[in-house]
Amino acid sequence: MLTLEKINVSYGSIRALHGISLEVKKGEIVALIGANGAGKSTTLRTISGLLKPSNKDSRITFKDVQIQGMLPHKIVEMGLSHVPEGRRVFPEMSVYENLLMGAHTRKGKPGQADFDRVYHHFPRLKERIKQLAGTLSGGEQQMLAMGRALMARPDLLILDEPSMGLAPMLVEEIFHIIEDINVAGTTILLVEQNAHLALEISNRAYVLETGEIVLEGLAQDLATNEDIRKSYLGE
Amino acid sequence: MKKLLNNWLIQVLLFLSLLGLTAYGSQIINDITSPYVLTIGLFIGINLIMALGLNLITGVTGQLSLGHAAFMSIGAYASAIATVNYHLPFLVGVLIGGLIACFFGIIIGFPTLRLTGDYLAIATLGFAEIVRVQFTNMKITNGAIGFLGIEGSTTFPIVMTIAVQTICAMVWLENSRNGRAMLAIREDEVASSAVGINTTLYKIQAFAIGAFCAGVGGALFAHTTTFIQPTDFGFQKSVDILSIIVLGGLGSIPGTIIGAIVLTAAPEILRPLANYRMIVYGLLLVVIMIFRPYGLMGGVNLRQAVRRAMMFPKKKQAGREE
Repeated sequence: MLTLEKINVSYGSIRALHGISLEVKKGEIVALIGANGAGKSTTLRTISGLLKPSNKDSRITFKDVQIQGMLPHKIVEMGLSHVPEGRRVFPEMSVYENLLMGAHTRKGKPGQADFDRVYHHFPRLKERIKQLAGTLSGGEQQMLAMGRALMARPDLLILDEPSMGLAPMLVEEIFHIIEDINVAGTTILLVEQNAHLALEISNRAYVLETGEIVLEGLAQDLATNEDIRKSYLGE
Repeated sequence: MKKLLNNWLIQVLLFLSLLGLTAYGSQIINDITSPYVLTIGLFIGINLIMALGLNLITGVTGQLSLGHAAFMSIGAYASAIATVNYHLPFLVGVLIGGLIACFFGIIIGFPTLRLTGDYLAIATLGFAEIVRVQFTNMKITNGAIGFLGIEGSTTFPIVMTIAVQTICAMVWLENSRNGRAMLAIREDEVASSAVGINTTLYKIQAFAIGAFCAGVGGALFAHTTTFIQPTDFGFQKSVDILSIIVLGGLGSIPGTIIGAIVLTAAPEILRPLANYRMIVYGLLLVVIMIFRPYGLMGGVNLRQAVRRAMMFPKKKQAGREE
């Protein structure tokens, strides 16, 4: 569904990504793990069009269409939604308005079915429909950010650190929901520092180190890999 | 009742009757009020039209602009040239003033849209200075001497009718898909593009509409004072309009209305204080901002306020709003 070939990205003179190539197939959950500063978020931001690769021979294709160089909102229209790092809900808008904004790319008003789908995954949002998003707890804001992305009916959902700053109980809950969303038919690309949980729910994973992919494979293989266990699983 | 209000035909009829009522009412006021008070009313209306435009740019979309007076001056000069040099009817001149200001709003929008916050403010400030200096050196505007002989065609009913039209347009816009997108850009620009909002398009739209309002206001201003010079549209004027929307509450339409009334009328009401007038005026600003840091009507949405005032049944609000 999504392929990246030889992506280089630089911030000024600093190279953040060196020749990243990866693939996400339809129906999968793919995890991107690695330490701080490895380039995980940069990879996601490049996919959704917020950053541009610096080399000419790079290719990003989504649903067999070259999306490199397209504007971010066009990419969202094609069915690729990005839940940015740090949640980034619209704080002065209600939960309902936040969800409504998620459906912005679709012409006309979103139907009740779209809202029901989000409430099905996140029942807690329904209880707080009129509350201002800025007053929600961290976990609820993460749910809202994901629900907002779902309103665009994406085929591929990319999630940047959904567990960041959340209590362990909530992290488990969020990861269960991610699995549910995937079962309901949305492909997922996930960036996560909590490698343990990420490998648990994903089919395949890539390990990123200082801007390069150093390891890739089935999630259960990586979870038993000596190096990974040492570096990322703390054993 | 709510369903009825959402019907566009009803909305248009309501809008037209409101317009008629305003024209009729302001005509009566026009006939019975003293010219002095009427002039204050006129300036309240003009400031309101321009402030509503800036409110869209700065209050709703969150793009701090310190160059609103530039769009006002473009509207003022363009309309004056249209009516004096080309003998066009007054209202056509006003429209031309608005459209040319709108055009410049789009032009200034493109290069400055990469900037945000303080940097954008400085860029718009620079733009305003360029425009002012340009008008000082142009022949057709009669340079620093000023443009003379404009007919005083602006009347209280005309200003009020245009002001009501602007209010209606802004309320409608704020509750539309475009208006919500602009609000989202103010809230969080990165998140906005993540949900698929074309941030560039909506920022330019806000600049274009805001500049149009400023241009119309400037045209009405020129045809009130009958004489304009570049110094009328300096930095102070931009700050005056910005004060209106900050004092009223950024992003709030009722706030902008109250801000325009208070800040335009205050210097006149304080006139008996003679030399202490501007000190008290400044003090008033400080005190209001201390006690109402989000402005007089910060966070008040006109539709919601009206709905609450009319006590619409609350049953339906449990599920989906609107």
